[in-house]
Amino acid sequence: MTTANIPLKLTRKDFVSDQTVRWCPGCGDYSILAQIQKTLPDIGYKKEDIVFISGIGCSSRFPYYMDTYGIHSIHGRAPTLASGLAITNPNLSVWVITGDGDGLSIGGNHFIHTMRRNINLNVVLFNNRIYGLTKGQYSPTSRTGAKTKSSPMGSIEQPVNPVALALSSGATFVSRSLDAHTKHLGETLAKAAAHKGTSFVEVFQNCVIFNPNEWGPLEDRRQRDDHIIYLEHGKPMVFGKNHDKGIRLNGFMPEVVQLGDEFSVDDLIVHDETSKQLAYTLSSLEYPDFPAFMGVLYQEEKPTYTEVLMDQIHTAQETKGVGDLNTLYRSADLWTVA
Amino acid sequence: MTKPTQTFEEVESVIIRFAGDSGDGMQLTGTQFTNAAAVFGNDISTMPDYPSEIRAPAGTLAGVSGFQVNLSSHDVLTPGDAPQVLVAMNPAALKVSLPDMESGGIIIVNTDAFTRSNLKKAGYESNPLEDESLSGFQVYPIPLTTVNREALADIEGLSSKEKDRSQNFFALGIVFWMFDRQMETTTNWLKKKFAKRPIVIEANSKALLAGYHLGETLEAFQRRYRIRPASLAKGTYRKVTGNQATAMGLVTAARKMGKPLFYGTYPITPASDILHALAALRHCDVRTFQAEDEIAAMGSVVGASFGGALAVTGTSGPGIALKSEAMNLGIMLELPMVIVDVQRGGPSTGLPTKVEQSDLLQVMYGRNGESPIAVLSPQSPSDCFDIAYEACRLAVRAMSPVAILSDGFLANSSEPWLIPDADDIAPIEVNHPPARTNGEGPFLPYKRDPETLARPWAIPGTKGLEHRLGGLAKAPETGNVSYFPEHHEQMTAERAGKIARLADAIPEQEVFGPEEGELLMVSWGGTYGAVHTAVANAQAEGKSVAHAHVRYLNPFPKNFEALLKKYKKVVVAELNGGQLAFLIRGKFALDVQSFTKIQGQPFKISEVAAQIEEALS
Ligand code: SF4
Repeated sequence: MTTANIPLKLTRKDFVSDQTVRWCPGCGDYSILAQIQKTLPDIGYKKEDIVFISGIGCSSRFPYYMDTYGIHSIHGRAPTLASGLAITNPNLSVWVITGDGDGLSIGGNHFIHTMRRNINLNVVLFNNRIYGLTKGQYSPTSRTGAKTKSSPMGSIEQPVNPVALALSSGATFVSRSLDAHTKHLGETLAKAAAHKGTSFVEVFQNCVIFNPNEWGPLEDRRQRDDHIIYLEHGKPMVFGKNHDKGIRLNGFMPEVVQLGDEFSVDDLIVHDETSKQLAYTLSSLEYPDFPAFMGVLYQEEKPTYTEVLMDQIHTAQETKGVGDLNTLYRSADLWTVA
Repeated sequence: MTKPTQTFEEVESVIIRFAGDSGDGMQLTGTQFTNAAAVFGNDISTMPDYPSEIRAPAGTLAGVSGFQVNLSSHDVLTPGDAPQVLVAMNPAALKVSLPDMESGGIIIVNTDAFTRSNLKKAGYESNPLEDESLSGFQVYPIPLTTVNREALADIEGLSSKEKDRSQNFFALGIVFWMFDRQMETTTNWLKKKFAKRPIVIEANSKALLAGYHLGETLEAFQRRYRIRPASLAKGTYRKVTGNQATAMGLVTAARKMGKPLFYGTYPITPASDILHALAALRHCDVRTFQAEDEIAAMGSVVGASFGGALAVTGTSGPGIALKSEAMNLGIMLELPMVIVDVQRGGPSTGLPTKVEQSDLLQVMYGRNGESPIAVLSPQSPSDCFDIAYEACRLAVRAMSPVAILSDGFLANSSEPWLIPDADDIAPIEVNHPPARTNGEGPFLPYKRDPETLARPWAIPGTKGLEHRLGGLAKAPETGNVSYFPEHHEQMTAERAGKIARLADAIPEQEVFGPEEGELLMVSWGGTYGAVHTAVANAQAEGKSVAHAHVRYLNPFPKNFEALLKKYKKVVVAELNGGQLAFLIRGKFALDVQSFTKIQGQPFKISEVAAQIEEALS
């Protein structure tokens, strides 16, 4: 057949499984699912080379809805399965789908170590600052004072900051987007997929049932641009519906300024996604105390875990020869009984 | 000076223990002597016994590190009950070892270490070298520290403290003399090990030789012993520990599957040596992954198996506890993988460096839900090789996790291993379903093989077989999430059924001794040597006793039940509270007796012999 040579261009539909999606109507997860399905045809991988691995929670139902290889694993452990898989077959595009509870509470330890190893993985964390599947307890990203079923008088805990944690754990790609901004989300996912090594994408996701007001104006198309700073490498940090606000450094402290008589674009911070110092500074500023940063906070080219591992294997095979079992058995003091 | 006259005594076997502080290098000394004996052709069996602290407080009983070797001109299966020769580097080592010693045995002591403070640390009220407490032994008091320093006096560039580190080699030299052994294996080892530090080679070689010469010149040492080579089966041998053999067995299985070996693990005593052995084998495409914790290690193994590797983890009891949820995921996803549990004393942190067989029920049942798993257990250090290969073979056949129950004794003990020819080892057949193009109907990830009940192992990268697996209950064939009652029952039965059907693929249970009669001794794991030897001795005395050593614990071999029923009495000997006995009673409703020991130490042959005696009376 002649058509066999012409690779059929995949479309979003190729990634839709036959399973009925069972998230609550209006849940932010739908948008993330749609954007990932839209992004995949263009990431340069064959469909059979793409794998989704999740843990437990609302977001973790994700693999069932994808017509790719996938595993709906156990609570918090998705990165561990993904790591073993990616080491076994470095040619795959492996995606970890997790949530704030799954990824940062029960799976917190795995999160840290996955970020530092730089295995070729894309980790997408749906952050809705609440436990959805267990019906509304506070999560490790819930704000202090958040009133939930398990914190009727307000959460006593200090929340964890996902991007800051990813950065300080040594991640080589740290980004953020939000469910409601489909275009931005799609672009960010595409960048994550293109990055070699572990890519981290935090997605602000709206749990319409248990925490519908968490992201407030960010979820509202008409208001959001006054509350979001879209990071672009090499561009000054201008934001606002009318592009009339910006972020400048006042000493070591970033501050929001009004552009006009006092400040111009030249006074603003120019985003440099290769600067870890800048990334640390930005990551420490939390919404809603500060406008929310969206986009690629930090990116760094580094050899991946698997590249180095395969290098070691090849080097060992070059210097010692490809391992031979009989030689292995005999690598000790020997004696012969005649 | 005239040389004293020597006499040689031929002995069949001797049990020697080297004991000292954990910093005294006793493990090394014992290993060196063992290597020389092995290369000479003796049968050997060794057992290290050391504290879990890397350097426990010097001079104390808790800090004593011992290495026992049994060398013989005939088969030996255990390190021996009672040492006949003891090298004690300090009072604590003497005190700890003395209760085990054979009466009349030889004790070589370093008198320099018998200071008032060391005696006190060991809890001696008076110096045992000066009172009557050692009168039943042949004691050779040697000021090892002094004579060693003298021997190394002309070496410049080493402090006396550094020189003292060669004391163990001085002692080793004496023992080499006593047993008329070549020191070549040790001197070669020194040259290789310290190639970059010639001064260390010089010091240790000198100490070794000085010890040997001391033997030659001291009147006391003129009674020497010779042990002929054992008549082992023809072939080339090496010495192997259980952990080394496990590592080589896993690499072999991977090669025989045509797969990379993925070994995801977290360091834990006494399993870590498997990781060390495998980490050095990158050239065999071994991908070791040192995970952040036990859970991650197990998770990585599930992922690696999904990807098509031979996926294995190694741990000990506390690690199994942490891994159980991910092991269960492996059972639910129905992917092949091997879990090596090198058991140690428990519960909790327990006795990290000591032996126990108390994880059997944990591994069998320590997970939520109906969660069947195949369980195998090696019987000796070299058998770890065969069991590792077997576990991989069965995991692939059943598409399910398989557990290996090794233990701290097997892991670190060594024995001669008749090296197999790798070409004679059968391949392990792996059938990944091939890629599909359109028009072949949907791929059914849980469609079972009618014979084995295994589902297909479809791996990412295969076109047209995209599918989702998960921990939720599922429908037959499609594997789609299903809470339908009949589906759950059917899938539960099928998961159990495919483990049960492994009985079709394993050898029948063998019996040593009469095929029916008065008494059957049943054992499993590292107790093989002690039980077998005790049974053999009893048989030689004309007693009706047989021995069944079980290597396949789940499923049991097909003939096991019938076999048990052929004896009037069945005694199950194990190093736990009676776990295999519990399984046998539950499975076969048989009234078996239980013989147990939970001291962190292996059975002694004499203990089993006494039990046989009692059971027959
Ligand atoms: S509970 Fe919240 S997060 Fe879960 S599906 Fe419903 S809306 Fe989405």
